Amino acid sequence: MSLSPDLLARIRDASAHHGGPRAAMLEALRMIQQEHGWVSDAHLAEAAQTLGVGLAEIESLATFYSLIFRQPVGETVILLCDGVSCWLNGAEEVRDALMARLGIGFGQTTADGKYTLINIACVGGCDRAPAAVVGRDRRLVGPLSPEGVAELLEGGL
Amino acid sequence: MTDFKPNTLPLTGRARADRRPHSLAEWQALGGYSAVEAALKLSPAEVVAQVAAARLNGRGGAGFPAAQKWRFMPEPGQSPGTGPSYLIVNGDEMEPGAFKDRLLLEALPHQVLEGAIIAAHATHATEAIVLIRDAYRPGIAAMEQAIQEARAAGLLGALSIRVHPSAGRYIVGEETALIEALEGNRAMPRKRPPFPAASGLWGRPTTVNNVETISLVPHVISMGPEAFSGLSWTDEGGTKLYGVSGRVKRPQLIEAPMGTTARELIERCGGVSGNGRLLTFQPGGGATGFLGPEHLDLPLDFGHVARAGSMFGTGTLIVLDETACPIGAVARHMRFYARESCGWCTPCREGLPWASRILDALEAGTASAADLDALRMIAAEAGPRGRAFCDLMGGAMAPLASALARFGDRFEAHLTGGCPQRRLA
Ligand SMILES: Cc1cc2nc3c(=O)[nH]c(=O)nc-3n(C[C@H](O)[C@H](O)[C@H](O)COP(=O)(O)O)c2cc1C
Ligand code: SF4
Repeated sequence: MSLSPDLLARIRDASAHHGGPRAAMLEALRMIQQEHGWVSDAHLAEAAQTLGVGLAEIESLATFYSLIFRQPVGETVILLCDGVSCWLNGAEEVRDALMARLGIGFGQTTADGKYTLINIACVGGCDRAPAAVVGRDRRLVGPLSPEGVAELLEGGL
Repeated sequence: MTDFKPNTLPLTGRARADRRPHSLAEWQALGGYSAVEAALKLSPAEVVAQVAAARLNGRGGAGFPAAQKWRFMPEPGQSPGTGPSYLIVNGDEMEPGAFKDRLLLEALPHQVLEGAIIAAHATHATEAIVLIRDAYRPGIAAMEQAIQEARAAGLLGALSIRVHPSAGRYIVGEETALIEALEGNRAMPRKRPPFPAASGLWGRPTTVNNVETISLVPHVISMGPEAFSGLSWTDEGGTKLYGVSGRVKRPQLIEAPMGTTARELIERCGGVSGNGRLLTFQPGGGATGFLGPEHLDLPLDFGHVARAGSMFGTGTLIVLDETACPIGAVARHMRFYARESCGWCTPCREGLPWASRILDALEAGTASAADLDALRMIAAEAGPRGRAFCDLMGGAMAPLASALARFGDRFEAHLTGGCPQRRLA
């Protein structure tokens, strides 16, 4: 599936506004991900062509950033904080409970395509530790507990 | 010390408990944008003089005086070439244990914007960019909304301002790496000098300031520099948005006079949790050296903490009680810094994963005495400033070196059977 005409137009607009096409590469990647959930090889190539930048150039940027996904992710991405403040409050027990419940490890997606679990640097939720940010709006959830994991998943992230 | 002055919380006093940002009209009803109006009547040099008199130090980690940084910015026509000058507001906050800029961006976006308008005026910047990490999408949305409202109301004048959402990577927060990121490159730090004020974004004069620094600027103008600097207990002006997390009963952000002690901050969090007894604390996020119970009455500001042998960093404390393992904490910090190394310099690219592997082995009980020697060697060789291209490596070494010095016996104890705390649990 190729990028929609609307998205292509927005990518072109972005390159006009932000000091040249190179500076618009990250924004283009973000826009693609917003619409498709991740950035496929085909979409990457289309973005490169639309911006008039090299494929290798945009690919090197896409692989630099940990939150540009280069493989499909689930409907809801759970970014679980692995910072020390969360660890001090039981984050690893929450991690184990989440993994057991979902049947996946970090960087994996559930078979039904619902959830992807990723560990992430301190999410700035130290006052709600252990914390995670979930979904497209990166909603902060916490304090989490191993017992509360089921509720969290059922409550619709 | 005199009593705490609860009515003087310029930075957070107007934040809502649920962190919902104010509309422009609501913000103006709370006095918003009067500081901008006043500042724009002053010359840039007058604004800089007020910020200098207020003794406002940067809150991004190094505590560099804001006015001094701003004075490096050339007046229009004085820099070679033509084109814009830039003000960049650094909202990449990814330091372990730091959660202060999240509040300022999410709940008080108009305050950030006011500060940016005034700072841009003072630094002759024609464009401002607020860079915000991806995990702070609520903050990104709040800032974008605030900018849109202010623009529609004509409050931005000729200033062009936009949000640049980042996409995860700690090194983006380093100011020269941030400039690379904005240009569309992989965010690898640049050589300094030239400093950004001489040659920054696209080679143009650029100032980078932290979100908290910028958020304080309107208050220098509206309160006046003397009242502002008088908010502090020490010779570093203003209030500080402290944070306390880890093993305390009610982890939280606390705006308090600069120079407030860890004792008072921890008390306001209901005290130490776990076994209730303080083992150690990091005064300013992951990249700062451990202090101990003997530092509970140290005024926490950049100068005092540096003289005590650590760094004030982000001013967000990470607290460990006696049942928490400092080696486990350093191990997790090191995994993070190793993962986030940009890979440019060998000691950082190779040394951090090496240290990280040894720390993990110590925790698991598989490390040897030779490993521990290697760990000490890494800390000694890579710790001092100037051994790497940027401060990420030195920051990563600060908790390790201070833990080795402070808790040497605990490291030794891990050689036989791994983490004693784990075995207890
Ligand atoms: C690895 C690394 C990461 C950094 N991350 C941030 C950050 O997220 N936010 C920030 O304001 N400063 C960060 N800094 C410090 C910036 O380089 C810069 O000093 C700061 O933004 C200046 O702001 P100030 O003068 O207002 O303190 C980082 C520095 C290093 C070495
Ligand atoms: S110290 Fe580390 S993060 Fe900094 S430039 Fe060198 S390799 Fe990159």
